[in-house]
Amino acid sequence: MPNPSAPRNNGYQVEPEVRKHNFEEVARSFTDEQARAEAQRCLHCKNARCQANCPVGVQIPDFIAYVKEGKIGEAVSKIMETSLLPAICGRVCPQEKHCEGNCVLKEKFGSVNIGMLERYTADTARKQGLLQAPQTAPKTGKKVVCIGSGPSSIAAAAELARAGHEVTVFEALHAFGGVLRYGIPSFRLPREVIDHEIETVKSMGVKFVPDVLVGATQTVQELLKEFDAVYVGSGAGLPTMTGIPGENAVGVYSANEFLTRINLMQAYKFPATDTPIKIGKHVIVLGAGNSAMDAARCAMRLGPDTVTIAYRRSAAEMPARAAEVEHAKEEGVAFEFLLTPKEVIADETGRVSGLKFTRNELGEPDAKGRRRPVEIPGSEFVIPADTLIVAIGQRPNPIIAKTTPELKTTERGVLDMDEQGKTSLPGVYAGGDIIRGGATVLLAMKDGIEAAKRINAYLEGK
Amino acid sequence: MQENTIVSRKQLNDVVVKFEIYKPLIAKSAKAGQFVILRGREGGERVPVTLVDWNSAKGTITVIIQAIGKSTSMFNSLQEGEAFLNVAGPLGTPVEIKNYGTVAVVGGGVGIAEVYPIARALKEAGNKVIAVLGARNKELLILEPEMKALCDQTISTTDDGSYGLKGMVTDAIEALHDQGEKINAGFIIGPIPMMKFTSRLMDKLGMNPHASLNPIMLDGTGMCGCCRVTVEGKVKFACVDGPMFPSKTIDFDELMRRTSEYKPLEKESLEKYQHEKDHVCKCGLH
Repeated sequence: MPNPSAPRNNGYQVEPEVRKHNFEEVARSFTDEQARAEAQRCLHCKNARCQANCPVGVQIPDFIAYVKEGKIGEAVSKIMETSLLPAICGRVCPQEKHCEGNCVLKEKFGSVNIGMLERYTADTARKQGLLQAPQTAPKTGKKVVCIGSGPSSIAAAAELARAGHEVTVFEALHAFGGVLRYGIPSFRLPREVIDHEIETVKSMGVKFVPDVLVGATQTVQELLKEFDAVYVGSGAGLPTMTGIPGENAVGVYSANEFLTRINLMQAYKFPATDTPIKIGKHVIVLGAGNSAMDAARCAMRLGPDTVTIAYRRSAAEMPARAAEVEHAKEEGVAFEFLLTPKEVIADETGRVSGLKFTRNELGEPDAKGRRRPVEIPGSEFVIPADTLIVAIGQRPNPIIAKTTPELKTTERGVLDMDEQGKTSLPGVYAGGDIIRGGATVLLAMKDGIEAAKRINAYLEGK
Repeated sequence: MQENTIVSRKQLNDVVVKFEIYKPLIAKSAKAGQFVILRGREGGERVPVTLVDWNSAKGTITVIIQAIGKSTSMFNSLQEGEAFLNVAGPLGTPVEIKNYGTVAVVGGGVGIAEVYPIARALKEAGNKVIAVLGARNKELLILEPEMKALCDQTISTTDDGSYGLKGMVTDAIEALHDQGEKINAGFIIGPIPMMKFTSRLMDKLGMNPHASLNPIMLDGTGMCGCCRVTVEGKVKFACVDGPMFPSKTIDFDELMRRTSEYKPLEKESLEKYQHEKDHVCKCGLH
């Protein structure tokens, strides 16, 4: 019998005082007993709202039913019918906006902890050797290339391989995973989890090639001679800076640089690794999205005296996943709201020494319904800081659009698509942050899966 | 052959090594002024290195590396038949090659090697090419015979006077100007102070200078923004917008400050590496 009124189990998180000194995973997996008990809470609704609100359509009540019975192999296979990266999704999806946010138990007893159940299922199946890559269809003889090895491309590659195509993934960096590798820190997503998920896709016959920057090493037009279709999943690899005076002072990082040093290059292990990183005593992070939370929490782990997030709107408008904000607060990150940065102040050596802000109040809602910040005249003041991390968003990396004039882009620099997800160049499809300009892992995966289905249809007719 | 394999290796002086590396895709698409990112080991840095030559028929690229820190020292200990872990490129915007008339290519130290492919491309485009080369001493002056064979005129300078003119490249450029040489464009690669003062002089003399900037880079693909430089008052990413920029308005002092950020840590890393390399283990277990 379901047991919905049992309290929701939020899982075990390593104590803030311990975890803020290392890069080990913060949230720990359910035990078998905990997983079964949490699974018992699920009502298995007929028209499950959780499933309807999952962008990749994971069959949530069905997989939870298997968990309840301890059939972990079946549970993971059920998830993988629609999503091939369960260990990643369970950890980084904004569940409160999708499945858990729509659970019928939400108001009365608290939503079923679907995220923790998903990662428990994936991790346990992996450990017990029950996780199997999906069967691939007989070879079609068609060749497809995916540009980038982030969540969107991996999802597309797996879906294309499943349909029997010969799939190659080109990655510009030396390690695979895209933003999962360079952006998301190991305390949220351990590196071996990324490795495992990529191994699964490799085991389906997908070939991964590092050090190929499409647009430089080879152009899209050259790829079209060799491949029957191209999927562009090259992501949002272009940092947005504030453009305020003094931003090139020493000690000012883009979130991309700061996170890449730590996550991709493992600079926190320096000098055992060769890429260094420097942190001051007082760190300011501009922005309140997931990258800002990641940057603030990484900064905290390097041992400064203070880390402060400064955001131009109020707490209610923060775009970050709720759990990340909570974790950052627990780890001692301070939050300052309704501030607009005006100028980076540098000392006589050119190093950042403070940041000048003005205070805002909330005005009318903008196009997205978020209330717009409005400056209060004469409210200028300075917060002293010796490290500044700018985490106010990313835009699509322009290199492919620049080197492929046939590909139309919008004024925001994102690839222009028709309703079928096709670009303006035949045989070239795109998805993820290159068409969204900076969204979530989950939406990137959804784009990859949908584009792969369209490529499959396109290749069938070819 | 395995990609990234060192096909040939030549020690040019105590600290400078020339590598020819098998990397067909880069050899096919490389252009003058572009660079590659090299990585030598797991946990290793991504180091940007200018392409000195490429041969699409052989599928090889050539780089010249000066051992300065730990990573470049490790690179230079690699031998023929061994391989780099990663070679990515070609990166950056190629230099605009056209017939400017008379051009000066100015190389300082290992920058001589880096400016060589630009000199060659400019020569092929019909320019009169004058090479101005500078080094601390004769030992460190590399590629002079190659430059002489290529260029219409080659002037070498050394700080200590052990070879060529005693003095700086700026002295040689002033002399050219005094002789009435009309130079339509300059392309400078070398240490930051040398590029700064050469740019300033060439601008004053109306020689339309350009300089190839070497800020700190990570990915080299425009993703991280740590190579931000200020040119004409605007922020540019050297890895994708450059590395070569018109140098009249480059903020060289900012570049100097930003490239110095990790110097103490780099020194620590190099010393640790040298200590471990030189340490002869007596424990009997190795």
